[in-house]
Amino acid sequence: MAVLVIADHDGSSVRDTTHKTVTAALALSSDVDVLVLGSKAAADAAAKIAGVRKVLFADGADLGHGLAEAVEATVVPLAAGYDAVLSPATTDGKNFMPRIAAKLDVAPISDIIEVLSSDSFVRPIYAGNALETVQSSDAKKVITVRPTAFAAAAEGGSAPVESVASADTDKATFVSEEMVKSDRPELGAAKIVVSGGRAMGSAEEFHAVIEPLADKLGAAVGASRAAVDAGYAPNDYQVGQTGKVVAPALYIAVGISGAIQHLAGMKDSKIIVAINKDADAPIFQVADYGLVGDYKTVVPELMAALG
Amino acid sequence: MKVLVPVKRVIDYNVKARVKADQTGVDLANVKMSMNPFDEIAVEEAVRLKEGKEHHAAGTASEIVAVSIGVTQAQETIRTALAMGADRGLLIQSDKDLEPLAVAKLLKAVVDEEKPDLVLMGKQSIDGDNNAVGQMLAALLGWPQATFAGKLVVADGKATVTREVDGGLQTLAVTLPAVVTVDLRLNTPRYASLPNIMKAKKKEIAVKAVADYGVDVADRLKVVKVTEPPKRSAGIKVADAAELVANLKTAGVL
Repeated sequence: MAVLVIADHDGSSVRDTTHKTVTAALALSSDVDVLVLGSKAAADAAAKIAGVRKVLFADGADLGHGLAEAVEATVVPLAAGYDAVLSPATTDGKNFMPRIAAKLDVAPISDIIEVLSSDSFVRPIYAGNALETVQSSDAKKVITVRPTAFAAAAEGGSAPVESVASADTDKATFVSEEMVKSDRPELGAAKIVVSGGRAMGSAEEFHAVIEPLADKLGAAVGASRAAVDAGYAPNDYQVGQTGKVVAPALYIAVGISGAIQHLAGMKDSKIIVAINKDADAPIFQVADYGLVGDYKTVVPELMAALG
Repeated sequence: MKVLVPVKRVIDYNVKARVKADQTGVDLANVKMSMNPFDEIAVEEAVRLKEGKEHHAAGTASEIVAVSIGVTQAQETIRTALAMGADRGLLIQSDKDLEPLAVAKLLKAVVDEEKPDLVLMGKQSIDGDNNAVGQMLAALLGWPQATFAGKLVVADGKATVTREVDGGLQTLAVTLPAVVTVDLRLNTPRYASLPNIMKAKKKEIAVKAVADYGVDVADRLKVVKVTEPPKRSAGIKVADAAELVANLKTAGVL
């Protein structure tokens, strides 16, 4: 059995999500190849992941931008040589993997959190309120992996890098991108996350309260949907069922009530701290440490206590 | 331009799903059901394309067809779409919950029949959380796709879509016909007014059966069991910031 992992990368190196997907792939087979789309530097970086048999590199601007039509046309011919194709459940993976599955006439298996055997997997459904164990009858499996559920594969490999044929698309064109610039750790991979909610009341307050606390802790900044919808924080900060799923060692929720959809994105965090002035807020039901109080007084006190 | 909007009847987003004791699934008996929240956003955008709201030119959409696949009661979901402004509905009746691949194949058959220029749909349903049908439909049709749309502009045979991606926003232009899946921030769906709810009762909903389409809808995934996620142990309330920091230090996370 051979497995192909489609790498997630930033144009120069592979992201941590790729390492975690390799771990899931190694649970299926020892023959794991990694496909890197559109970045030779990232392909060279992928070759250093321990346990990888070889790295395939497909070049092309459309692939570099992750355009699903080009990715599908590149991956489908390669899939003939593999029993399973995996990618992290990032927005890119979620975008192109179902397209690849449909072309191969197989049922995609989305966002797995556990590999039970070569055909059985566990995945959350209903905003993480239930776990579904599924057994696939398809000869080929197309799977996206929830990165927070797997440990990262180590560095230290030296896999050969091979070029493979690539495809372009004429039906979709990349126009532009606008990425949020941040020096803080990446939300999905951070060890500590500080998230703010609607209680912040304004973008200025969000910046003034959440960011200094995050910086003091070396944490990534997250937000509830309410805070994002109100424009206090960029979309990309959203933690939840439809935003990012995080599982840091420490998650600090400030002024977040704890709706089902938000909990879906953070309830696997090791330790959850809730700061909220409403003692009945649902967030306290999942919090390891709850502090009932106005964030306006609690956060400065917390900053002081941290020294 | 004709727009097809697939809508799904799902557990209401405010209801916490409860796993059945026999581990066969989630208990949906006597649970409030509603239109999938992302599908409401898709219907709203289709109606705006017709009305010319915000940056859309009036009449960009000439006809909006809402389609649902599911139990008889899914007609209520279609009726909601009609009350929001869709022109007519189609229900493909199915007593069992079909997998995304089967849904995509049925929708392809509907597209072949209806020949829309745009399929506008939610990025994921809040029950299965698959986030797959739109992408699969685009693949089966050989159409381009633009997923997770936070902004949509339709002009000159193209849809220009700003997508919500990890790290920020990406803008793509796709040639029509295309499949666009919508994200939360695309718009705020309207509430259907009472007069529109009354008018929607006069709009047509065609009812068909899965068998009418001659599509293979067999399950590929067997659900072995559905279980509750592990419960978190009860936490403690601390009195102040100093006590919180002391606890976090003891726990080894600071």
